[in-house]
Amino acid sequence: MWDNIMVLVAAPVFSVQLVLDGLFIGATFALAAYGLALVWGVMNVKNLAQGDFVIAGGYIAWWLGKQGIHPLWGLPAAIIIMFAFGWFIYVTIIRRVIDKDLFTSLLATFGLAIVMAQGLNLMFGPEVQTAESDFAIRSMWDNNLTIAEIKVLAFVLCGILAVMVVLFMKRSRMGQAIRATAQDARAARVMGIDTDKVYAFTYSLNAAICGAAGAMISMIWVIQPFYGISHSIRSFVIVTAAGFGNLPGVIMAGLGLGVVENLGGFVFGAEFQQAIVVGLLLVVLVWRQIQQRKLRQVVS
Amino acid sequence: MNSNFSLKIHLPLLVFGLAAPFVFPGLQYQIATLWVMVLFALTWDVMGGQMGYNSLGNIFFFGVGMYASAVIQIAQFADVGAFTAARGAIVVEYTDAQYYQGLVLGILASGFVAAATAFALGWTVFGLRGPYFAIGTLGMALAAGELMGTWEWVGGGGGIGMPVFPGSAQAKGLTFYFLTFAAAILTFVTLQWVYKTRFGLAINAIRDDEEKAEAMGIHTLRYKSVAWAISAFFLGISGALFGNIVGFVEPLEVAFPTVTFGIFMVAMTLLGGKGTLWGPVLGAILFHVIKEATWTYFLGWQWVALGMLIIINVVFFQQGIMGWLMEKYPEKFGIIVEDKGGSK
Repeated sequence: MWDNIMVLVAAPVFSVQLVLDGLFIGATFALAAYGLALVWGVMNVKNLAQGDFVIAGGYIAWWLGKQGIHPLWGLPAAIIIMFAFGWFIYVTIIRRVIDKDLFTSLLATFGLAIVMAQGLNLMFGPEVQTAESDFAIRSMWDNNLTIAEIKVLAFVLCGILAVMVVLFMKRSRMGQAIRATAQDARAARVMGIDTDKVYAFTYSLNAAICGAAGAMISMIWVIQPFYGISHSIRSFVIVTAAGFGNLPGVIMAGLGLGVVENLGGFVFGAEFQQAIVVGLLLVVLVWRQIQQRKLRQVVS
Repeated sequence: MNSNFSLKIHLPLLVFGLAAPFVFPGLQYQIATLWVMVLFALTWDVMGGQMGYNSLGNIFFFGVGMYASAVIQIAQFADVGAFTAARGAIVVEYTDAQYYQGLVLGILASGFVAAATAFALGWTVFGLRGPYFAIGTLGMALAAGELMGTWEWVGGGGGIGMPVFPGSAQAKGLTFYFLTFAAAILTFVTLQWVYKTRFGLAINAIRDDEEKAEAMGIHTLRYKSVAWAISAFFLGISGALFGNIVGFVEPLEVAFPTVTFGIFMVAMTLLGGKGTLWGPVLGAILFHVIKEATWTYFLGWQWVALGMLIIINVVFFQQGIMGWLMEKYPEKFGIIVEDKGGSK
């Protein structure tokens, strides 16, 4: 571990590389986490299948790539297919758990996560896959710093998607309805908003966002049927750290998580990468708890 | 419970448990696993059903107990680091007495180590409520498996070979069969007793309204930690037994099987009906029998089926079998409730 830290100190360019890679992957984490924040904030559903939506989106892009279609086309394909899939899941499962107690939605989506992971495993096999995008890899500073163009492109696309979602939420009729429902579902119903449709749309939008993030991840990183759970935990880490209504917070936390995970994975060894994510989750949860304890003392 | 009920349910189960390894020698391992499953469901229900804290990572204590017993059984007569580094190349010759001494110590210690871990963790984890608790514990169990895989002293990802049982395979099977059966009975009897005491009332009060319970003067954190420690104690023991049955301790598949056993215990309890004493037992038996009967014919679809079962169970049948029975025949359960004070 100390050796690895010394490497970073001796070769600062290498740590720049790690940070950059972390930022690129962190952007996709932030995107998926924003979807979770949406679903959590608007309909109070803790979607543990979040990561599996991501992986499913990734497999759509990868499968298209295997058919000879460029995996970038997987991005719109994943958005459309996952939107439809999200709607289907809402109608069959989520609608029935939405007004039950907190644990119900968590467990139902966990069951969904198991079904999805196994379904993907049966369809595509358990191997670790990457969608080949055939973009150039640029090197800088005597080949010490390499940047794959696809990563930059994915980063930009993540930004564009985020802006589109924000504009949609601010400007469109449906976006306004979603925000109204989030504020007070009953009042929204009284005002003539069809909250059931709003919920369905929110959940589908979340699935579509996840699908987009997954398509990106399949091109710049790796996907595997059972990686879903760690993506879910990442989303929970980010949302818990940032809160739901806080888009800048989600972006910062997402990018930060990517960087910390990448640096930590190098310093402690790659086998610790998942442990780092989970460790961060526990740290964030305990930290929130300390905050709340302070709050409680103030009230009393 | 009146004596009539006890005769109808307890006695047949006891007779079945005692006679099973002799009547169905081929199914001995499966039935031993069944008792472990019953224990799993019962211990999960302490938290999930009776106290309203739904943990998705209780399997953590199973693994802790398994590793604790493995280390203790080996460390008595060999250096653990050297033993695991040699990957079984060092064969430690135990005498019978040494083996049993190690086994008994290992089983007992695993229970206490797991309980102590739960108690210590409780101080940090119990500030989390609802979904945060579930996800926090899930993360804990996932991380434990990963971290154990990197700890070379206990064998890392390669695992530890447990000391070999002195005697025939048949004797080993019978010994551990009865140990698991005894552990399940011990768990059941202890929980039955616990639920009748003030402690049981207190954790039920926490489930119903934690703030109010605290306002009534119940030291909720202490009760929660103790409840978790009770559940962890038995899970630790089951871990020690299971480790010895399998004969090999490995972090991801055997010791911390979060997505298999860790989820089974939740699914079984929900199936049987959470928050009841018999619900988890019923759910575990039903689930295990169905699983063992159908698992081999599904070929990869079994996990899809499991996930579907959880979804359907949660969405359409949340009260479970016992809860459904209670709704359908309240007078039967109502009579039992009245009898509690009087005839017993």
